Amino acid sequence: MERDEDRAGNGPGQDAYLLRMEHVSKRFGGVQALDDISFSVRPGEVLCLAGENGCGKSTLIKTVSGVHRPEPGAVIEWRGAALEDLDPARARALGIQVIWQDLALFPEMSVAENVAFERNLGRRPSLVSQSALRREAAEILQRLGVAVDLDAPVRTLSIAKRQLVAIARALVAEAALIFMDEPTASLSRAETEALIAIVRRLSAQGIAVVFVSHRLAEVLDVCSRVTVLRDGRYVGTYPTDGMTQTRLTELMTGTTFDYETHTSRAATGRPVLAVEGLTRDGEYADISFQIAPGEILGLTGRLGAGRTELALSLFGMTPPGAGTVRLDGRKLRLGSNRDAIAAGIAYVSEDRLSLGLVQDQPIEDNVVVTVLDRVRGAGGLLSPARKARVADRWIDRLRVKIGSPTDPVSTLSGGNQQRIVLAKWLATNPKLLILDAPTVGVDVGARAGIFEIVDGLAREGMAILLISDETPEVYFNADRVLHMRDGRIVEEFVPAQTDLLSMEEAVHG
Amino acid sequence: MADMRVRIGGTEAWLVAVIAAICLVLSLTTDTFFTLVNAFDLLNYSAVNLIFAAGLLVVLVAGGIDISFAVGASVVQYLTAITLMQIGGGNWALGFALSIGFGAALGAINAGLIHHFRIISIVVTIATFNLFFGLLMFFTVGVSIYLLPDWMISRVVLFEHETAAGWAEITLPVAVMAGVLLATWVLLRRLSIGRQLFAMGDNPEAARRLGIHIGAMHYLAYGWLGACAGVAGLMQAHYAQEVVPNALYGRELEVLAAVVLGGARLGGGRGTLLGAVLGLALVSITQNGLNLLGVSPYAFRMIVGAIILVAISMSSESLGLLAEKGRRLRGIHRPAGDAR
Repeated sequence: MERDEDRAGNGPGQDAYLLRMEHVSKRFGGVQALDDISFSVRPGEVLCLAGENGCGKSTLIKTVSGVHRPEPGAVIEWRGAALEDLDPARARALGIQVIWQDLALFPEMSVAENVAFERNLGRRPSLVSQSALRREAAEILQRLGVAVDLDAPVRTLSIAKRQLVAIARALVAEAALIFMDEPTASLSRAETEALIAIVRRLSAQGIAVVFVSHRLAEVLDVCSRVTVLRDGRYVGTYPTDGMTQTRLTELMTGTTFDYETHTSRAATGRPVLAVEGLTRDGEYADISFQIAPGEILGLTGRLGAGRTELALSLFGMTPPGAGTVRLDGRKLRLGSNRDAIAAGIAYVSEDRLSLGLVQDQPIEDNVVVTVLDRVRGAGGLLSPARKARVADRWIDRLRVKIGSPTDPVSTLSGGNQQRIVLAKWLATNPKLLILDAPTVGVDVGARAGIFEIVDGLAREGMAILLISDETPEVYFNADRVLHMRDGRIVEEFVPAQTDLLSMEEAVHG
Repeated sequence: MADMRVRIGGTEAWLVAVIAAICLVLSLTTDTFFTLVNAFDLLNYSAVNLIFAAGLLVVLVAGGIDISFAVGASVVQYLTAITLMQIGGGNWALGFALSIGFGAALGAINAGLIHHFRIISIVVTIATFNLFFGLLMFFTVGVSIYLLPDWMISRVVLFEHETAAGWAEITLPVAVMAGVLLATWVLLRRLSIGRQLFAMGDNPEAARRLGIHIGAMHYLAYGWLGACAGVAGLMQAHYAQEVVPNALYGRELEVLAAVVLGGARLGGGRGTLLGAVLGLALVSITQNGLNLLGVSPYAFRMIVGAIILVAISMSSESLGLLAEKGRRLRGIHRPAGDAR
C-alpha cells in the first residue's frame, strides 16, 4: 500500500500532525467494520476521506469523535500526545467536531439555540440566557458570512441552511478539526460552491476540515490529500494533484474499470412499462419513458431529484396528478400498492432494513409475506408445507446462504438480507421490478452477486427499473440511464456509448 | 400551513381564543360562572391537576410519557400519611419533604427501568401504574385514612374577599401550584439541564452525540414528575381532608390529554408551560361550566372528550403536523443513509 504521506509529512520540524491514528480497528458482533486503519490530518489542512457506502467511513468518524471505542491496540495522537478514553465530550473539548450527514440538529429549537447549544451542555445546572445564545450565534454566523434568521425553528429551514447551522455550531466550540459527513449529498451546485468557499475560509483560519464522501469531483480541488478506505480497510493516502475521479473510483472499489458495460439484450417488442407525461405537483413533472422486456433501465440523479417519489407513484403509493402508466399495454389505475402488486409491479425499497423485512420473523415468513393468499391450503388457512415450498424455491434460486428457513432474518448478512427482500418480491412473479438503491448497506463483495441475479431476471424478460445515486452502479448495470433533476428527466445516457466520467460529471458535477 | 406553524405561540393563542369563547357563553347562560367565588373555586380545585401537568410536561418534552404518576401520588399520600402518624404528626415542612422524596423515588423507579433496561416509557409506566395501584389496594385493602394530622386537613386561606355571592377564597394549593409552575418554568426555560431535556426529546441521537448524559436526563425528568406528583398528592389530601386509595385513579389520562391539548408533542422536544396550563384550563372550565349548567355528571367525560378531540384536530398545529406526516409518508427529505 502506498503511504507516501508517512514519508513526506514527518520531516524535521514538520512532525506537527493535528491528529494521527494508527492500527484502528472496530468490530460489531461478527462484522469487522474497521480493520487496522491509519489516518492523519495536519492543522488547517483540507482532506478527503473517501470510500464507498459501507466502507467504514462513518465508523471511523464515530471513533475519532468518541462515540465508538476502538479495539485495543489502536494509537490515537492529538497534537503529538496520546489520547486514551476518548468520549464525545472529551473529543469536543479538544476541538474535534463532526457535522453528521443527518446534521444532528434539534429541529424544534431556534437557529440561535442550535448554534450555541454548547452553552447548555455540562452536567451542572447553570442559568442560560437567550440573549447570550443569540449574541454568540449571531457572531459565529457573521464569521461564516451567512445570514440565517436566528429565531426560526431549524425544522423550517432548507437543507443547505441547516448545514450552515451545523457548521456554525461546530465553530462555537473553538473547533480545530471538523469532519463533514457527505456534506454535498443534497446540495445544489451553487450551494456546494458556497460550502467550499466557507471551507476555504475555515482552512485559512487554521481549522482542518475532513470531507467524508464517496463523490469527490466537486471537492477534489479544495483538498490537499485524499485517504481512501475500502471494505473497512486502509487503502492509502494520496495527494490530490493529478488525482482523477476515475482513479479514485478504482481505488474505492478495488476494481479496474476496464470491463464492459452492460450489453443490451432488450427485445424491441412491446414495452412492459410505458409512462407518459406523469406529473405530481412538487415532486416530479412530465415524466415519460418506456422499459422493454428484459431491459434494465437506470434512473439516477442527486438526492431530492424525485427518483424515489416517482418510484412510489409507479408502485401505487402516491397518486400522480396527471399522466398515464401502462403495463403490457394496459392502462393502470393505481389506487394503492395492492393494485400495483396485483398488476405485476414489485418494489424493493431504499430503506429495506426497516421497511422491507421483519427482522425478528423467520426467513421463510419474510419471503412469503407478499404471496400469502397463494400459500393457503385447506380451509383457507396458511399451509406450512406450501409456505416452505415457495420459500425454499426462492432461497435456492437466489443462492441465499442461510442456516434454516425458520431462523430470523436478523441472523443474515446485509447482502443475504437483500436477497431475501428480492426473493419476497420475486415470489409475486412481477413483470416490472423496481430496485431503489439496492446496494446501500450491502458489502462491496456481495454487490456483484446481487447484480448477477438482477441480470438473470432481465434475461428471462423481466423489466427492471434500477434507481441509484451511485453513478457507477447504473453505468455498469443498466442498458440505458435516465438522469433526473428537480423532478424532471433531463437527459438519457447509453452507457455503451459514453464513459463513466462524463456521466458522473453530468449528474453530480 | 407551514407559515402558521412557524409562528411561536400558535397553540396558546388558539387556546386563549377558545377559552374566551367558552367563558363568554357561560357568562351569558349562567349567573354563577362569572363570579369571583366561582373563579377562585375553580382555581382551588384545579391546583392539583396543574401541579401534575407541570410535572408531566417535563417528561413529555424529554420524549417520554408517564401513565403511573397519578396512582403514584396516591401511594405517596399513604406513605406520607403513615410516616407522619408514626412520628407523631410532623408539620408542613416535613410533609412536603416526605411527599417530594417518596414521589421522586417512585419516578426514579420508572427512570431506572426505562434507562437501564431500555424499555419504552409507555410500557414501563403502564406496568408501574398497575404495580403501584395493585400494591396500594393490596396493602390498604381499599381502606381510606381519615385520621390525618390536624395541620394537614385544616384549610389555609391565603386571601379572602367577601362578595355578594359569598366568600371568595384562595387556599394553600394555589400558592403551592404557583411555586411548582415557577420552578418548572425555570427548569425548562432558564436552566441548562432543562434545555438538555428538550434536546433529548427533540433528537435523542444528536443529544447523545453531544455527550448529554441520557441516563441523568431520564432520572431528572421522571424524578421531577414524581416529585410534582408527590406534592400534588399532598395537596389533594389536604383539599379532600382524607386519603382515599382510588381518589386519583384516572387522573393521568385527564392531565395527559390536557397537556397534549396545550401543544406538548408526544414525540418530545416541543411543549410550553403556558400551553399546558391553558390546555388544563380549557378542560376544567368546560367541566365547571357543564356543572353550573346542570348537565348530568355522567355526560362530562363524553363532552370533555369530544372537546379535546375537536380542539386538537382543529388547531393549526395539528393540521400542520398532519401535512408534515403526509409529506413524510410520501418519503420526501429522507436522508440517504450510509450504512455504518
